[in-house]
Amino acid sequence: MKEWTKHDLLDIQELSKEEIELVLKTSKSFKEVSTREVKKVPTLRGKTVVLLFFEPSTRTRISFELAAKRLSADTISISSSGSSASKGESFLDTAKNIEAMNVDLIVMRHSASGAPKIVAEALAPSVINAGDGCRAHPTQALLDLFTIKERLGRIAGLKVGIVGDILHSRVARSNIWALTKLGAKVTLCGPATLMPRDIERLGVDLCYDLNEVIAASDVLMVLRLQKERMQEKFLPSIREYARMFGINRNRLKAAKKDLIILHPGPTNRGVELSADVADGDHSVILEQVNNGVAVRMAILYLLLGTKEK
Amino acid sequence: MNTSKLMDKEAIRRAITRIAHEILEKNKGTDDLCLVGIRTRGVTLAARINEEIKTIEGTKPPLGILDITLYRDDLTLIDSQPIVHETQIDFDITGTKIILVDDVLFTGRTIRAALDALVDFGRPSSIQLAVLIDRGHREFPIRADYVGKSIPTALSQNVRVILQENDQSQDEVIVEDAEKR
Repeated sequence: MKEWTKHDLLDIQELSKEEIELVLKTSKSFKEVSTREVKKVPTLRGKTVVLLFFEPSTRTRISFELAAKRLSADTISISSSGSSASKGESFLDTAKNIEAMNVDLIVMRHSASGAPKIVAEALAPSVINAGDGCRAHPTQALLDLFTIKERLGRIAGLKVGIVGDILHSRVARSNIWALTKLGAKVTLCGPATLMPRDIERLGVDLCYDLNEVIAASDVLMVLRLQKERMQEKFLPSIREYARMFGINRNRLKAAKKDLIILHPGPTNRGVELSADVADGDHSVILEQVNNGVAVRMAILYLLLGTKEK
Repeated sequence: MNTSKLMDKEAIRRAITRIAHEILEKNKGTDDLCLVGIRTRGVTLAARINEEIKTIEGTKPPLGILDITLYRDDLTLIDSQPIVHETQIDFDITGTKIILVDDVLFTGRTIRAALDALVDFGRPSSIQLAVLIDRGHREFPIRADYVGKSIPTALSQNVRVILQENDQSQDEVIVEDAEKR
């Protein structure tokens, strides 16, 4: 198997198919660690991981923090409110000051696309992009792939429908890259106002009929309607969106029996996903969260596990 | 390359049979007994010892698989990551007598890592070590309880255990000079 050479994880595009498969395989081994009585291995003892979140996060931040702690790394979590960012310090200055304290890895989330790349280029520690603007969220895509592969046994040849607010979704972008690279057939579905122009160039199909997408799909990836990113009027109303593109039990009657439904969280229940579907048999939302820790452990191990290159 | 054969298929089979008998004698049967093989060839050997125990006693102790990569003490010294494989110990080891199985006992560092890993799973009443080959050159105060064959080696030599299940080639143990590898 090809060995890991990457110093940072900024987006999915930079990973080869073999590297993605290595992450998935390594994640499988790490999943077992979290089921032990002592949920900790000494692998990253003495390493320091800083979680630098300029945007709110619950799942991703806790997931990274648990992943680092279960590998025995020390973690420090910084959010923009309550740090010098609120005093007007630039994110690069904040990051440089953190570097000066000899940390080994920075996990970074920022509302500006490309911010983690700027930090990675300027700093010596490894950088993991935990979400930058509408651009990329590579660890989410990797944990989605892991969840799909664990449930359905493969990625290649699967029909995956990504439904909702594609325009503002870094999760959708990273997943499109990852899924198409591994040979899945991706169809996007959502309101035309929330569909990025020329998105077909990434090798995906578009379909505006949700029922058609549901009937054809092995996997449905449902996105959160990102109200916080909508300064303009993209939709007549949330209610109309829910009626046109919300997934509910009635619509799922046409679905394949072993369809799985993913959602990156947090869910707007009753908007993109009805409560009974979110908690229903097709939903693997909590498995995604569970797998997230294992996938992030694998990535931390691959980036930090051996001597400095 | 200078190579010589230390054990052939029959010698390996007899060693495994003897080790199985010794384990049963020392532990007075299979009560509380379990086997844990260290990836990769320790797992194969543990499974074979387990079959042998079943032939002798009629019962088969639980068998676990241990990957020690996450406990290695040389991760910061090597250039590329070893692949992490799965550990599968699906039974509670607290109170059990564990027979830890590996193919070659050398510096003792693998066993040190395995002991650290095992105590994270629970508190066994004892851990005993079974190896097919003990080649000396210990760097830690570790010894084996059951040994297939002890052989003196030079540090520059490699000992290779070849097993049908892992290598798709007939069982044998060979020693070779290392400079070519």
